[in-house]
Amino acid sequence: MIKGLRKSPVDLLFGTLTAMASFVVVVLIAGIFIALLKESLPAIHRFGILRFITTSEWDPVAEVFGALSTLTGTLVTTFLSLLFAIPIAIGIAIFITEIAPDFLKGPIGTAIELLAAIPSIIYGMWGLFTLAPIMEQYIEPFLQETVGRLPLVGALFQGTPMGIDLFTASLILSIMIIPFTASVARDSFRLTPEIVKESAYGVGATKWEVVKDIVLPYSKLGVFGGVVLSLGRAIGETMAVAFVLGNNHELPHSLFDAAATITVSLANEFTEADTDIYLSSLYYLALVLFVLSFITLAAAKFFLLRAERRQSR
Amino acid sequence: MKRILSVIAFLMAFLFVMAGVSLSSETINGAGATFPYPVYAAWAWQYKKETGIRLNYQSIGSGGGVRQISNRTVDFGASDAPVSPEELEKKRLYQFPAIIGGVVPVVNIRGIRAGKLRLDGSTLCGIFLGRITSWADERIKALNPALRLPDKRITVVHRSDGSGTTAIFTTYLSAVCPEWKKHVGAGKAVRWPAGIGGKGNEGVANYVKRKRYSIGYVEFAYAKQNRLSYVLLKNRAGRFVAPGFKSFQAAAASGDFSPERHFYLWLVDAPGKDAWPISGASFILLAREKKSSNLKTVKFFDWAFRKGDEIAKRLVYVPLPESLKRRIRKYWREKGIY
Repeated sequence: MIKGLRKSPVDLLFGTLTAMASFVVVVLIAGIFIALLKESLPAIHRFGILRFITTSEWDPVAEVFGALSTLTGTLVTTFLSLLFAIPIAIGIAIFITEIAPDFLKGPIGTAIELLAAIPSIIYGMWGLFTLAPIMEQYIEPFLQETVGRLPLVGALFQGTPMGIDLFTASLILSIMIIPFTASVARDSFRLTPEIVKESAYGVGATKWEVVKDIVLPYSKLGVFGGVVLSLGRAIGETMAVAFVLGNNHELPHSLFDAAATITVSLANEFTEADTDIYLSSLYYLALVLFVLSFITLAAAKFFLLRAERRQSR
Repeated sequence: MKRILSVIAFLMAFLFVMAGVSLSSETINGAGATFPYPVYAAWAWQYKKETGIRLNYQSIGSGGGVRQISNRTVDFGASDAPVSPEELEKKRLYQFPAIIGGVVPVVNIRGIRAGKLRLDGSTLCGIFLGRITSWADERIKALNPALRLPDKRITVVHRSDGSGTTAIFTTYLSAVCPEWKKHVGAGKAVRWPAGIGGKGNEGVANYVKRKRYSIGYVEFAYAKQNRLSYVLLKNRAGRFVAPGFKSFQAAAASGDFSPERHFYLWLVDAPGKDAWPISGASFILLAREKKSSNLKTVKFFDWAFRKGDEIAKRLVYVPLPESLKRRIRKYWREKGIY
């Protein structure tokens, strides 16, 4: 930039400080990984790796622990919440950028961003006291009457609706991640060059066609980035889910079964884990989650980078 | 820049002063069980007013309390579950009870008010095992000839998080019901054969209130504050008792708290005539070699035993019976703590 400054001590200090700041993060991640690994060693020795993630037995009294049920819970809630959230979030983003009249854009945008500012414990309490009874009395019986009658898919909606289950938890999660996806999607929609849109309208394209053929293709990478961000949040969300999932370590058969996710088990059981192997198994669960989110996010990043490269070519 | 530096310097100085204050001998640091936290905090407030000594109690959970005192990072640990004498020997700890609590089965059956339904150990066990599935089951009817019980499916509600409440409740079921002991066992978290899980006492209370024909178990204070329909339980003496200060104290007074075993006792199925069968004490743990910090801690609890009963009762906790307090004071003297 400015030649004279290059050797000034302030600049040097600034450079070192920023480098240190970034380095700290890397060291922290490595440190967390090592700590988790060290604490879970007794459980790794006792239960092995493959056996731990393929058995669902979780019996603190008999000191037998397996991660399959919690792992399933984590994956199912994450997947379902993304399934609910992505279409809604993209719809919101399209409405705000392309369709809404100007006076509505501000309030709606702010409302969506406020959703992201609500602490997750509040979602949890709202879920337990308000959403769960509604799910139990109206929505879940209705789903059983309709979707539950279909072949194959119907099996996912069996059992007595309690409102405390995978379905409710996923719904709450999806509400929590909508703002992330929506705001990133909105920002990337805005990046679509006006001139391309104008020319499409000029040759007689309808609003739907402009969104489908111009805006979405232009911004799909950005939207994907938003989805990855939400994925990260959904996979690790704890408090909101802890209230409405029941922490049941049986392998769920239906979306209306109580279940457990890794984070929920940690939050529920960590404080009162009294034996060493119990505590170690909880650390082991945390390690599994650490590796799982690392792999998921790395894979997502990898596809994102590859797609970016392809697009820039 | 200078301004920022001076702010940082000020903050550092502030932190050092704070650290100095909290490390001074005028503070007692404790950590552990969440259940007695409100009463310890209320005692601490009053104690500070009278003596100027601060008690800093972190309710991180019983498991954490045992670990912290084992690692000697606090002046005392607190646990809802008694630590066995062997374990105490290994970790070089002393132990004594400080407050009593009771666990109360609560139900939501239309037309049945608090204190009307009678249950005994084996029916309660059958319900929680998922073997008794209807309120009109013969075994329940036999205990309640006067009640009209609906033929409705029972929904069992238990805790989803690990807790001392669950430990006391499952220890009781294991004590009175061999089937439970064989298939489930006792612990802060167990593999529940039936039912749904609620997070915390408030979670269980909420489900029981909402779900008709359900049964759950909560800490006594919770049942009282939420006006839940508690049940009468048959105790070891064969009498049906209601939960309350009197029946919990009766349990504590008849329990065999022995100083030789560091008061290690699960206060379930106590023999007293009026004893509530599902009670438990919350315990304090001390490091054997830390003489001066033990003295501070024990002085606090001695004060609480003398002056804290009313505070405890106001918060719906059950103070220790006088006979047990005497035994604890003797234990302190014998161990050379106070």
